[in-house]
Amino acid sequence: MKFGLPLPPFTTEVECLSVVIEIGGMPVRIQTSDPEFLRLLQDRYAGFVSAAAKVEIDLEVEIAQPKAADPDAEVEVNYRSGRWSLRRGDFQAEWEPAARRGWIRQTANPYSIDAVLRIVHTLVLARQGGFLLHSASAIRNGKAFLFAGVSEAGKTTISRLAPRDATLLTDEISYVRRRDGEYIAFGTPFTGELAKLGENVSAPISTLYLLAKGKENRIDPIGPGEAARSLLSNLLFFAKDEELVQSVFYSAFEFVKRVPVARLTFVPDQRVWELIG
Amino acid sequence: MTKLYMARNPRAAARSLDGEMMIMSGRDSTLFTLNKTATILWQSADGATPLDEIVEKKICTEFDVEPTEALADAETLARELASHEILQISEAPITTQNPAAGEKR
Repeated sequence: MKFGLPLPPFTTEVECLSVVIEIGGMPVRIQTSDPEFLRLLQDRYAGFVSAAAKVEIDLEVEIAQPKAADPDAEVEVNYRSGRWSLRRGDFQAEWEPAARRGWIRQTANPYSIDAVLRIVHTLVLARQGGFLLHSASAIRNGKAFLFAGVSEAGKTTISRLAPRDATLLTDEISYVRRRDGEYIAFGTPFTGELAKLGENVSAPISTLYLLAKGKENRIDPIGPGEAARSLLSNLLFFAKDEELVQSVFYSAFEFVKRVPVARLTFVPDQRVWELIG
Repeated sequence: MTKLYMARNPRAAARSLDGEMMIMSGRDSTLFTLNKTATILWQSADGATPLDEIVEKKICTEFDVEPTEALADAETLARELASHEILQISEAPITTQNPAAGEKR
């Protein structure tokens, strides 16, 4: 018996698209059903898109309709029942470390997922003795140099002045991992004023410089206490979690025990790089 | 006179570096760098020794301070550190947690 036109299917198969973004040697697969958003990710993270088949984290993005939200609102990161909850005005996300899976609900913009990636990386790194740091970084002669400082301290300036033989890792947020007792800096796509993605390469860290603008180029040693305080004040960490706060605190002390920290005072011209490398 | 007892909170992270004691609150990530007097208080916070005894035996013998003033300052500091959950304070001895925990050297 026929009842006219065939009924439409009750379910529609949605093609799931994905891209793997590998920052700091940690491949993260982002899945979305929105091809435009996928292209946006491929453009945004060009140079960090990986062909890795095995990933460490899977994140599924659900694109939500735009609504009034304050992207500068304070981020909230909490842990409960084996799951991290990440929330800001422009996104909501959850991540389950044991299952290595999570989801993000956001509009189709690159800033929200950028924030989620930074937070997830800090949470993973905190357990491994690594961290993200407010600093520019570059590789020269096979060694990485970090240039830390608050806004206006000179991170963008020192990055802009980098000579041809220096490889810029980032002008804003450095990625630090501990491996076999040494600290390695990786390039990141997290940019500052320079708006230029870092190179996706890595090298052992030689020195952390605390930036200060001045009337001459000079390097001054600083005491371990000041080094630890300065490092802690420049770390990116979002979670209100006592155990992870302790891990990050002790990681900072381990870092200053192993990596020289000095103050780099500089005038804004290329001669400062004669002191580096 | 009421006694005040202090114990280090094992959930606070602490480390002494080159003679400087730094402590971070696990609750709000506030970083404290303790001066010499505060370091003595922190290191003496065993939950069993009352604050006035710590001040009398370890602060007044080390520094040229008036005992009443030193005790008042010590009490203010202890309460501030307690407000960040770095120290636990009580009018009775504190025995529930290992006061030596929470510090790595």
